[in-house]
Formats: sequence, C-alpha cells, structure tokens
Amino acid sequence: MSGEVTSTALPGDSDLIRALREGAEDAFAFLVGRHHAHLVRAATNYVRDPVAAEDVAQETWLGFLGSLDRFEGRCSLKTWLFRILFNKAQTRVKKDTRCVPFSTLVGEETSGEWASVDPSYFKEPDDAFEPGHWVEHPPAWKTDPVLILEETETRELVLKAIAELPPAQGTVMLLRDVNGLDSAEVCNNLGITDTNQRVLLHRARTRVRRVLSQRYGIGH
Amino acid sequence: MSCKELVELVTDYLDEALPASERDRFEAHMSNCVGCTDYLEQIRLTLRVSRKIEEESLDTEVREGLLEAFRDWKSRSA
Repeated sequence: MSGEVTSTALPGDSDLIRALREGAEDAFAFLVGRHHAHLVRAATNYVRDPVAAEDVAQETWLGFLGSLDRFEGRCSLKTWLFRILFNKAQTRVKKDTRCVPFSTLVGEETSGEWASVDPSYFKEPDDAFEPGHWVEHPPAWKTDPVLILEETETRELVLKAIAELPPAQGTVMLLRDVNGLDSAEVCNNLGITDTNQRVLLHRARTRVRRVLSQRYGIGH
Repeated sequence: MSCKELVELVTDYLDEALPASERDRFEAHMSNCVGCTDYLEQIRLTLRVSRKIEEESLDTEVREGLLEAFRDWKSRSA
C-alpha cells in the first residue's frame, strides 16, 4: 500500500481496510488526513464545545480501530466513521446535563412554521392574478457561478453559516451536503425518520442559501 | 402550484421524494418561471459549494497523537 496512498487515484475502502488490518500506518494517516477535520466539525456542531469535540473525534478513531474486525463493508468507511462519531457524541451529551439529547433537538428543529424565503417576497394569497408568485424575480446572484464555486471565501461563508444553524439542522447538512452521505445513511446514523431528515435538511439549506444570497445577490 | 409553495418543495424534489403527480406539477411550474428556475439554481450552487468543502479541506497535518494510538493498537492486536 505504501506509495499508492499519495498517488492521484484514491485508494478504495477495501484496500484501506486490508492495509489497516495489516497494520499499515500510512493507510491510517491517509484516513486521518482525509476525515479528521470533518469529524471534529460534525462533533463541534453537536456537542458545541471544541475541546469536547476533539475528544469525541479522538475516541472515534480508537473506536474505529477497535471495530475494524467487525467492519463488513455494508456501508462506506466514511459512513461507518460518522456513525461511531455520533454514538460517541451521544454518550458525551448524556453525561453532560447542559447538552440536549439529539431526539429533543430534532423535535424542536422540525416543528413550527417555516418560510424558506421571506413571505414578503411573494404576492398575497388573495392576489387577483398571481397569488403566491414572486413580487419580482429573486435577484440573480451577481457573481459568476464558476467564481462563486472557486472562491475560498464562499466555502468559509457556507461553513460559518452551517456552524450557526441549530445543531440538528447543521448536523444533517454537514453529513448530507458537505460529506456526501445519502439520506438513508444519515437517517440510519442519526436514528431519525426520513421525513424529519428532509425537514432538517430543507431548513438548513434554505438558511445557508440566504447567507450566500446576502453576499452574492441583493438580499433574500 | 405557486412560487411560494414551490420553494418549500425543493429539497423533496432534489431528493426525488415527491410523488409523481407533484413532481410533474413542480417541473411544469419550473418550465414557465424564471424566478423559481433562478432559485433552484441558487440552491444547487449552494450544494456544490458545500460538497467542495470536503475535497478542499483535507488536513495534511496528521496528528502524531493519533498515529501513536495506531501503533499502540497495532502492538496490542498483533
């Protein structure tokens, strides 16, 4: 495995698992380099304390090594890591009475009225011609999408916006949109229903879009 | 389907979780509405930026403490 890790083609899960079981340190270093920052970020989002989050991420790696023999490749290695992380974070939260259990957060963050776009941007429901249509089209973002995508600043804005989301919404958006887990994996990892998962994701995405709109558009 | 209703269905649409009839109404609306087309593009762009974060924030500094934990695990499991 040594040498292959640094090549442009990324090693697959089964190669990595085999290498780890054989004790290849470079395989472990590769995984840590690839996932540690994301694990810390997801943990911070939930436990809301950077020091505790770093601990949770460290415990995750130990848990991962301990569970290596049991890993059957039914999910991706990344999904497995995030599952361990969430379990460790849950354990941490249970010990700390200041923290709210995830299920409670989900209940709070999926309830109540929601408007993805400020309702004042739409015509009244009793408008004679176009009820509920845009008063005027949402302003197109002034910056070229290619530039928006390339700019480091955009990614920083998005990360900051996600960090400021309510914790369950932020957790779902990190797993789905930043780390690319699919909805079934996220539901499974977090123990939430598909409906709740989608409500959390929807609310999160619309909030983050609004932040980008404030930067690249003219508001809403 | 109004624009105000459509913006609330965007995540379901992208996740292919809308019932077929609702999806058809969504797409029919989109084909006639510049405002909603722009809105959906902005959401898509938000997602592309998010996804890029994973690729770009690779952490080259591997923590020595974790490597030590690995060596420790290796010696115990050998």
